[in-house]
Amino acid sequence: MKPIARQVIFYGVIFGLWSLICKLHIWPPYVLPAPWAIVGALWAGFQDHSFPIAILASMRRMLIGYGISVVLGTFLGIVLASNRFFEQTVSGLLVSLQSLPSICWLPLAVLWFGLSENAILFVIVMGSLLSVTISMETGRKQMPKIYSMAGRNLGARKWNLFYHVLLPASMPYIVTGLKQGWAFAWRSLFAGEMIYVTLGLGQQLNAGRDLNDMNLVIAVMILIIAIGTTVDRLLFRTIEKRLQMKWGLLSAT
Amino acid sequence: MTLTLNATEDPTVLDENGNRIPVGAALVSPDAESATPKLWLQNLSLKYKTTGGERMLALDSIDLKVRAGEFLCIVGPSGCGKSTLLFLIAGLHEPTSGAVLMDGKKVIHTGTDRIMIFQEHGLFPWLTVEENVEFGLKMKGVEKKLRRERVREYLNLVHLGKFQKSYIHQLSGGMKQRVAIARALATEPDVLLMDEPFAALDAQTRDLLHDELERIWAETGRTIIFVTHNVREAVRLGDRVAVLTFRPGRLKREYLIDLSRPRHLEDTAVAGTARDILGDLREEINKSLAVEYQQ
Repeated sequence: MKPIARQVIFYGVIFGLWSLICKLHIWPPYVLPAPWAIVGALWAGFQDHSFPIAILASMRRMLIGYGISVVLGTFLGIVLASNRFFEQTVSGLLVSLQSLPSICWLPLAVLWFGLSENAILFVIVMGSLLSVTISMETGRKQMPKIYSMAGRNLGARKWNLFYHVLLPASMPYIVTGLKQGWAFAWRSLFAGEMIYVTLGLGQQLNAGRDLNDMNLVIAVMILIIAIGTTVDRLLFRTIEKRLQMKWGLLSAT
Repeated sequence: MTLTLNATEDPTVLDENGNRIPVGAALVSPDAESATPKLWLQNLSLKYKTTGGERMLALDSIDLKVRAGEFLCIVGPSGCGKSTLLFLIAGLHEPTSGAVLMDGKKVIHTGTDRIMIFQEHGLFPWLTVEENVEFGLKMKGVEKKLRRERVREYLNLVHLGKFQKSYIHQLSGGMKQRVAIARALATEPDVLLMDEPFAALDAQTRDLLHDELERIWAETGRTIIFVTHNVREAVRLGDRVAVLTFRPGRLKREYLIDLSRPRHLEDTAVAGTARDILGDLREEINKSLAVEYQQ
């Protein structure tokens, strides 16, 4: 059986069971809405453009926040990996900070930036910056020394050595970091969007809660899952796969 | 032995008791002596700090001349610093004292006139075979058209013309080493520094690569310094074999190998010479084993 067929069966069964339970009227619809009601909510959301607008607003924030994380994280990671003092001090701090869930930055963000766009961006950056930084640093440190020696030996110096050897040699770690950073940023985004009334998927979720509209709540949750998965599959998995094929980390099937 | 050699230029070496003993006087003709050697390791020493903070002498006053086009093999027990010696010549490490002179000029940095071939080949897995071979040329700023030509030329030389678009992991161990050789040759270095390049290969592949290396050496006329722990391999390939002592690495003795080429590992003459050298080396290997057992 093909994997896709298995998946169709799997989701079909879930859908069927869910429908069946709703038909039995054990719980009221505002606790457990029927699947078709959620499909209806999704349809309505796209019809009145509230979902596309929310998605665009959220993605815009995401790109800005994640972009800042990537640029800053790359820079920080390289600095940390090349300096003994920072490596032994700042690195440890970053790892400790990573144990703080990004939602815990929220009160601080509000006190610093007020109920503003910047507060949301701050939460996104704090959520993803650390993992980008740490994997960049790991990549630079874990990279087998032989690559930089071979590179220097063949005449690569300074910028050329960095761009043509050190950077590509740490690419497997960097991609992992970028992927993880994206996932963390995505999580933080919705925490941030619940701070105050603004456009965005997080706010739609909040609106659902305020209006006691369970259909809307679940519809938005599904959207968030769908977009998150799509980006992961289409962008990061593709890059990872290509890298693994090139490096021979994955047997070509 | 009628040669009269200048005392400072005399290729004598210190034996383990510190006595100067003349070696291989016959191998240095008056001609070679008068010309500037391709490579001159002048009283080279290297100390480094161990993780325990102790300063260790890895190489001690190595003095060695290599003439242009020579195939020099260096043997020694593991841990004698023979790889380190290559790193010094390559300019990847700096000596604590002494100097490496190339054509009479002091070596300070890495340079594409001295290219190293590593045991673990050090090819870049993110590049294709062709791009790997091209790498040194690209760093040198050679224009693209010329690069392509050279890449093709050297890949053909190592019989890998058909694999230019392959990725490194798709090649066998022997093919990887051949790519490494092509990559090193592509920059047209005067000196090839080979650090146990065939140690990780199976015996058949190694035999094949010995033949290929000998042929390439004959065709290109490069100077080769070849480090190995395999004495037979050294005798099979080298014009001269230098034996290093164990910790600190000193030049123990040099042997001139004037057996006719092409040679084979199985030749009795090769085996016989190897046995002599091995007798010399055995002492050092025992020293290295004693240290290992202590730890």
